[in-house]
Amino acid sequence: MIGTGILKGLAETARNFFLSYVSKDRLTTVQYPEQRLPQIEAARNFPFLVYDGAEWDAGMRCVACQICEKECPPKCIFIEKSKDKKPDAVGKPQFYPARFDIDISVCMSCQICVEVCPFDAIKMDVEFDLPTDDRFAGLMLDRHKLSKSNEYYHEIHPTEATAVDTALDAERAKAAAAKAAAAAPKPASPAATAASAASTPKPTEGESK
Amino acid sequence: MTATFLILAAITVAGTAAAMGLRNAVHCVLALTAGFAGLAGLYLYLGAQFVGFTQIMVYVGAVAILAVFAVMMTHNPGEPEEIFSRFWVWGAVIAGAVFLTLARAIRLAFAPADATPATPAPSTTVQQIGDALMHRYVLPLEIIGLLLTAALIGAVIIAMDPKDDPTLEEDAE
Amino acid sequence: MIVAAVNAGSVDQVFVLAKHALLARTPDALQPLASAIISIIPLLVVFPSLFAITTVLERKGLGRMQNRLGPNRVGPFGLLQPAADGIKALIKEDVVPAAADQLVHFFAPVIFVAAAFVAYAVLPIGRNMVIVNLNAGVLFFFAVGSVVELSVFMAGWSSRSKYSLLGAMRAIAQMISYEVPLVLASVPAIMQAGSLSTVDIVNAQAGYTGIWPHWYLFTPWGIVGFGLFLIAATAESNRSPFDLPEGESEIIAGYFIEYSGFKFALFFLAEYLGMFATSALGITLFLGGWSAPLGISLFTVVPSYIWFFAKLLGFICFFIWIRGTLPRLRMDQLMGFAWKFILPMALLNIFVTGLWRFLPASPLNSIRWIVCAAVLAAPCVVLSMSLKQKKKLLIRTYHFAE
Repeated sequence: MIGTGILKGLAETARNFFLSYVSKDRLTTVQYPEQRLPQIEAARNFPFLVYDGAEWDAGMRCVACQICEKECPPKCIFIEKSKDKKPDAVGKPQFYPARFDIDISVCMSCQICVEVCPFDAIKMDVEFDLPTDDRFAGLMLDRHKLSKSNEYYHEIHPTEATAVDTALDAERAKAAAAKAAAAAPKPASPAATAASAASTPKPTEGESK
Repeated sequence: MTATFLILAAITVAGTAAAMGLRNAVHCVLALTAGFAGLAGLYLYLGAQFVGFTQIMVYVGAVAILAVFAVMMTHNPGEPEEIFSRFWVWGAVIAGAVFLTLARAIRLAFAPADATPATPAPSTTVQQIGDALMHRYVLPLEIIGLLLTAALIGAVIIAMDPKDDPTLEEDAE
Repeated sequence: MIVAAVNAGSVDQVFVLAKHALLARTPDALQPLASAIISIIPLLVVFPSLFAITTVLERKGLGRMQNRLGPNRVGPFGLLQPAADGIKALIKEDVVPAAADQLVHFFAPVIFVAAAFVAYAVLPIGRNMVIVNLNAGVLFFFAVGSVVELSVFMAGWSSRSKYSLLGAMRAIAQMISYEVPLVLASVPAIMQAGSLSTVDIVNAQAGYTGIWPHWYLFTPWGIVGFGLFLIAATAESNRSPFDLPEGESEIIAGYFIEYSGFKFALFFLAEYLGMFATSALGITLFLGGWSAPLGISLFTVVPSYIWFFAKLLGFICFFIWIRGTLPRLRMDQLMGFAWKFILPMALLNIFVTGLWRFLPASPLNSIRWIVCAAVLAAPCVVLSMSLKQKKKLLIRTYHFAE
């Protein structure tokens, strides 16, 4: 008989209408920006530079090796090496980037820069709320804007950050042990020079992502 | 010759004149529709409510749409068309003859003895029209109904898909 | 206008009395003009406000029906959303395509809105509250409604765009097909009241036997006629499920695709106004206009215009409910429904009204009810069976795959 399907449909929508006021789990609307859905740990948006300690300038892990600049597919990273050196994450004096710019209007969040960095210096941030009113300068992040602390890294990617910290601590321990061995009275033997050569920090494979 | 009559007459005349004079055929039909509306206004001014509203409903609402569809689908002007045809002299002669005939007929209908504007004719109600249609004019009504039925059946047959021919024993729908 | 009627309290007639008071203060020569203006200004204020309220009601109502919140940012609970929409529509750039027919493109929304407003002239909003009491009021309403089709065509054709022309053709086909059942569905009410004047039709329904009203809805032909009128009114206003001409997901707004800013807002306004006008006519013809549902003093003390707007609000809520429930009808389904079901039922309804009138009125109208209901129900069932799809849905077989 014509109309029975319509009546059933009308009953269904009426149920929806009245129950949406009564039961909270029917309304799945997330009222952004007051409420936000939690992001999974592997979420990523644009890169940032990690620094250890309190000062971003002194604690930056990046040594301006320019591997990420060369590997970046859309070429959105611009690095200028400094003239002097400062100690890096494990203590060895290295160059540091005098200029490290990422153009986030070009960046495609492919994470290749993170994958190739030997120093765990650049990682992916999860912040997507980046409005600006300047199409060019507002979307070119310089090294100050890109630098975020290691504590922040622990907040957004706890598992990764813990693994990175473990690896870095192991290297620091190794470097400290090598320095202590070097500071001890040096026997003029090839074994000592071989040991000191072996103790320079090597890029460690198997960094957890 | 009140202001209302002059305005309505101006709309009608302007509309129909534009219907002849415009270049774009669809514009002509739209101007003609304005003429129809002016005519309906004149009917209402004369107190014939039923005829006036029926004029709007049928002419503006249906005939104009029909005309505009017909023009749109069949008319294909490659270049702008001539407004005046080659035989405009003959057209003017025939139009003049028709006008003279109509004018004479209207003048004779309102002979001086009948020209008493003091008592306007009582407005015809719908009830009177209905009574007349059902009693005095029932035969013309039925014949017109037959004519319209024939037209409808013709339209359905023309528009019918040959696959859906009811003479064939198939259940195509 | 005569202040009459038994139950006319002063709250009920407050607008009529206010108008008389204002008119008494204007000089005699200007009185007809002043009378017209005073009658029209409330119309121009109330119905666009109702339109604004309806847009927010619709969005919130549809949202709740779809288990989501509607707009809730502008104003408390999003109730000032129409203000934001209005400002947006006004300040948007009015883009007219260069190839469009400028004059016709400009006049299409004007004619649409003008026709929509003019239709309100014969609708009685309350006791003694009608702008003009025409002898052929219902006919006037339908005549003005048919002007809308012309404006739809003008809008579609003048944009010189394939989508808009296609949308206009479909819209006109739909409007013409459903105009015939709309008129035929209102004929029984005219027959029973014996007059084409809307005021007479409402006055014929404003009485009570005991507490039961004389509404035409409470008769078998009234129920069917009201149902048919409702369906045809939904189709005439291009409301879902008959909104194929403006199918937002298919032909991207159809015939008003090339309109932006204020003209688009005018189309939107005119469409909703048309919906209100047709609903108001349905209320006038079948639901007793401004009369209260029961003859008890609790109801009759409420002013007549309050009842009218309460019924209108009920119609609006029903339209929103239907929109949230039903999927869109396809063009051939739409046409088939109009010509093969609605039209025969409307013709049958007219016949049954005659039957009702000439059958003897037994106590409780039982004989009339049984006979008329039977005569209406049997063809309805038969026709609805003939509308069913004859195709059986089979499992799809692939000819070229595998």
